[in-house]
Amino acid sequence: MSAPFLHLHPNDNVLVARSTAPEGAKVVLEGGPFVLTQPIPLAHKIAYRDIAAGERILKYGMPIGIATQDIPAGAHVHIHNIRSAYTATYALDDANGLNQGETK
Amino acid sequence: MTEEITGYLRSDGRKGIRNSVVVAYLVECAHFVASKIVAGFDGEDVQLIGFPGCFPNEYAARVMEQLCTHPNVGAVLFVSLGCESFDKVRVSTAVKNSGRPVETLVIQKSGGTASTVQSGRDWVQNALDQVAKVDRVPMGVHELVIGTICGGSDGTSGISGNPAAGRAFDLLIGEGAACIFEETGEMISCEDIMAERAVTPELGEELRAAVQKAERYYDTLGYGSFAAGNAAGGLSTIEEKSLGAYVKSGDSRISGLIKPGDVPPKGGLYLMDVVPDGEVRFGFPNISDNAEIVEMIASGAHLTLFVTGRGSVVGSAISPVIKICANPDTYRALSGDMDVNAGDIIEGRRTIDEVGQEIRDLVVSVAKGAETKSEALGHREFILTYKTFEPIGPSCLPAV
Repeated sequence: MSAPFLHLHPNDNVLVARSTAPEGAKVVLEGGPFVLTQPIPLAHKIAYRDIAAGERILKYGMPIGIATQDIPAGAHVHIHNIRSAYTATYALDDANGLNQGETK
Repeated sequence: MTEEITGYLRSDGRKGIRNSVVVAYLVECAHFVASKIVAGFDGEDVQLIGFPGCFPNEYAARVMEQLCTHPNVGAVLFVSLGCESFDKVRVSTAVKNSGRPVETLVIQKSGGTASTVQSGRDWVQNALDQVAKVDRVPMGVHELVIGTICGGSDGTSGISGNPAAGRAFDLLIGEGAACIFEETGEMISCEDIMAERAVTPELGEELRAAVQKAERYYDTLGYGSFAAGNAAGGLSTIEEKSLGAYVKSGDSRISGLIKPGDVPPKGGLYLMDVVPDGEVRFGFPNISDNAEIVEMIASGAHLTLFVTGRGSVVGSAISPVIKICANPDTYRALSGDMDVNAGDIIEGRRTIDEVGQEIRDLVVSVAKGAETKSEALGHREFILTYKTFEPIGPSCLPAV
């Protein structure tokens, strides 16, 4: 396996974890090396660069939602800081993906 | 791989890859008796389907008719309570006219539970002997109809499993097969790029209108086509889920737009519009994954590709389900239920092309009779509920 995070399209402002990355893992962002301040589960996203509130989130080079707050580079990007431009997202308490081990 | 599929020839010229005897209940009140009949045939290809409602519905009647005359079906036993609204004469006549053995047992006139179960088992035993005599003929990949759905999606689905399924679709369409993708509620935000792939501008407008209809429908419901597990698996919005789901359509041009029960008239790629027409009447378009699989089968799908990230274990009545696991952690946890490990793509072990080729080869081998994991485990899920559809428009199908 190569890098632990995927940059799916050159225009994307998020990276996707290709395996669950522990807190303290090193990742290269647009601005240079970064150390994760929290674990990121497989297939969850982090900010590739600083993203301003109201900015579109791009994945696959396509818009997947809108930032509801300023998101610093390296932070987890998910339902707590982005929203759909269409319909609201329904989620339960395990939406951060980190307590799913308990239910396995 | 050599392509010597041997199909079961039906009177309408279509060929099946399975030869099942189906027992269909026509109202929930007949469900138990029908399931007791099927329970007498453990290990044989006797399958239970049915419709639970007591009130009439044209969509359900048409889907039931298409399922009972599906090329994978050899004979049908209907089980009626007797006072429900389902038009049992219409559906049994359609099966009879297709040349298949058919019988209808009415519980209220057959002496109740025990006696109907006995009569049903006697009929099914005889039907098994009859379907064993159906002609076997050579069948090509170009005669296959293949559906694809995704369920239990997560952030891996759109990166590994769905692109690999799309690659398999491209290969199969290149060989002349008809491939169907669906869930217009999961194409939201993809309508423009999808419309550009239509073979005619008029079809492109139909595709766009179908997605806009889905958007309005889900807006009225107040929920997107999005389950809580999608978020736990890293998907944040419906448009993120949609983009991941859309790639399972591959890169081929889109030949047509169909609705549940419409059979593709020739090879190519088809979008199935699964969102009801008109006002919101009966609730969610598809209440769970098997409702989508059943609609694929009603449109002639011989088998269905099912891409999962979180880990679904379902199969289906009538047509085999090939399970493609997008998530490498899920594959390790549920490998006994998964046919293909597309998680290899996430971990950098194999390419999308390699897994796409594996899926295409597996389609042929299942068509030749190999059991999928869900078939071998005995999964035969089925669900059919209420919907309302208008017929498709004149620009929706390619010229034959």
